[in-house]
Amino acid sequence: MPAPLLEVSNLRVEFPGRRGTLVALDDISFSILPGEVLGVVGESGAGKSLTGAAIIGLLDPPGRIAGGEIRFDGRRIDNLPYDEMRRMRGRSIGAIFQDPLTSLDPLYTVGQQLVETIQTHLPLSGAEARLRAIRLLRETGIPAAEERLDQYPHQFSGGMRQRVVIALALAGEPRLIVADEPTTALDVSIQAQIISLLKRLCKEHGAAVMLVTHDMGVIAETCDRVAVMYAGRIVEMGPVEAVIHSPAHPYTAGLMGSIPAMDEERDRLLQIDGAMPRLNAIPAGCAFNPRCPRAFAPCFAQRPELMAAGSTRAACWLHAPPLQVAA
Amino acid sequence: MSAALVEVDGLAKTFDVSLPWLNRVAERKPRQFVHAVDDVGFTIGRGRTLALVGESGCGKSTVARLLVGLYAPTRGRVVFDGVVASAGGARPASIRRRMQMIFQDPYASLNPRWKVKDIVAEPLREHGFAAGEGQRRIADRVGELLVSVGLTDADADKFPHQFSGGQRQRVSIARALATQPEFLVCDEPTSALDVSVQAQVLNIMKDLQVRHGLTYLFISHNLAVVRHVSDEVGVMYLGRIVELADKALLFSRPRHPYTRMLLDAIPDIHMSGRSRTPVQGEVPNPLNPPSGCSFNPRCPHANERCRIERPKLLAIDGVRVACHAVEERRV
Repeated sequence: MPAPLLEVSNLRVEFPGRRGTLVALDDISFSILPGEVLGVVGESGAGKSLTGAAIIGLLDPPGRIAGGEIRFDGRRIDNLPYDEMRRMRGRSIGAIFQDPLTSLDPLYTVGQQLVETIQTHLPLSGAEARLRAIRLLRETGIPAAEERLDQYPHQFSGGMRQRVVIALALAGEPRLIVADEPTTALDVSIQAQIISLLKRLCKEHGAAVMLVTHDMGVIAETCDRVAVMYAGRIVEMGPVEAVIHSPAHPYTAGLMGSIPAMDEERDRLLQIDGAMPRLNAIPAGCAFNPRCPRAFAPCFAQRPELMAAGSTRAACWLHAPPLQVAA
Repeated sequence: MSAALVEVDGLAKTFDVSLPWLNRVAERKPRQFVHAVDDVGFTIGRGRTLALVGESGCGKSTVARLLVGLYAPTRGRVVFDGVVASAGGARPASIRRRMQMIFQDPYASLNPRWKVKDIVAEPLREHGFAAGEGQRRIADRVGELLVSVGLTDADADKFPHQFSGGQRQRVSIARALATQPEFLVCDEPTSALDVSVQAQVLNIMKDLQVRHGLTYLFISHNLAVVRHVSDEVGVMYLGRIVELADKALLFSRPRHPYTRMLLDAIPDIHMSGRSRTPVQGEVPNPLNPPSGCSFNPRCPHANERCRIERPKLLAIDGVRVACHAVEERRV
């Protein structure tokens, strides 16, 4: 097995506040291999975007990494000084955000933004950078790239803007792309275009992707492995097929059951009662226990760690070897 | 089928998006209009659910607002239970009371300074439901409504910010149900919610429909949700209905190329290996729609006729579809 490109171990992110410290991410560990697509799913507030922000070093203060480490290509990046991290961003790790309108500067043409990004990371002259910008736009499927280069973001539609954002993320030829809900703001027909574009480009450029989304359908189509997050922790992780077809954690199972399916008729949707707990009121034991239909004694006593469960790993006492429960 | 509760005929709404007068004169620009909704017609039977689906900007929300009377139609009419409800001027309260609306964003549709009991009681007071019966009666009724959507009596004294998105949407539903309406217009009621919460809200809506015999117009861009809730489905594109069919027919045998495209574009969650063919192109600018069939620039079956002549919504094989290619049996 090749060495992982990104390795996150025991990551903990806290938000210190007047009324105590909120632990937003707790003991997050995962790795991404070169060229792999890892999906991160969960409902709003689960901490999936925060995980992405921590990796690219863009945690909003007062949020801070309070424990654990993040390694990129074997090198620790969670404690890099600002300037060094700034150089990594774009060059080694690219980022795509949800809203394509706010991730582009409305006062500069698309070309200026692309050329600036390219020249920040690659030693190219203005003319060379411009050529490269045109090529990137073409690769992302923007028609008439040469003319479009001198237009402003407002002259692009939502789908076209997201293509520009993808071009920007690829400009520095990063080896990892953190894509945070890249298709959520788009219509379904455009969504399909953007997902297949992202898949194709990453394969061509050999980039690994961490795809953060709440859409299981997107995950199913795109990812190799998936991590399911709940209340700041990873509750299940495994190959995408196993997680979708035979989820081991009751939360994942509930999540899958609550999605209206296209190919079966059901009178009622499976529902998970209640809502995700707030960060300041995470229950003891397993954070999912108040909503879990299969909760039993150990769930209220002790927090489960990820353990082998079929072909995935799940943080759930249902999958504990009998001895451990008894103890 | 039972008698239609809602009949919509030739409904159209045009918005004037012209520049201010001075700019028009100085820049020699003409007036500009967006035909947000054009020639939309459908009927909804009592106790049934019609879903309107389409991408952003297709006019589905405008139809919702026209139906409940938040916009006045430019042309066409809405007939509610045999009474013309859009003859211009204000609608009689007797009709307004019988139709209510649930909005998309539960964070924006509840007054943050009002307690839930006031929010839910507002329509009761407005329509004089509890006149003469006093506060006590209103409080009881609010309690009942909250319980019917899965909240508790005690929630009446809270403010909207104390609730999660899904709970807020339940408050919206309770408010909409306050006047015991027969017809609910739901404009993307679950789009702002997480899937597990969406399932809760959809289940509640189904239960309420059975219990109170409600009729729904359900607006959504999510075909999977539409398939779950609806009896009939209308697919909209650039302000027009391009296909209107029974749910089972529409999903098993979509006729219009746009409907097929939408169905193809849904991510395949079960990974059956079905290859997804992303459609080319985007929704055209509604200010300057293409001539003929507005879908023709993106349509793989378009020919000369499609570029010139706008197709009418015709009954073909038990569905209604506006497409020359289907009419000519080319697809």
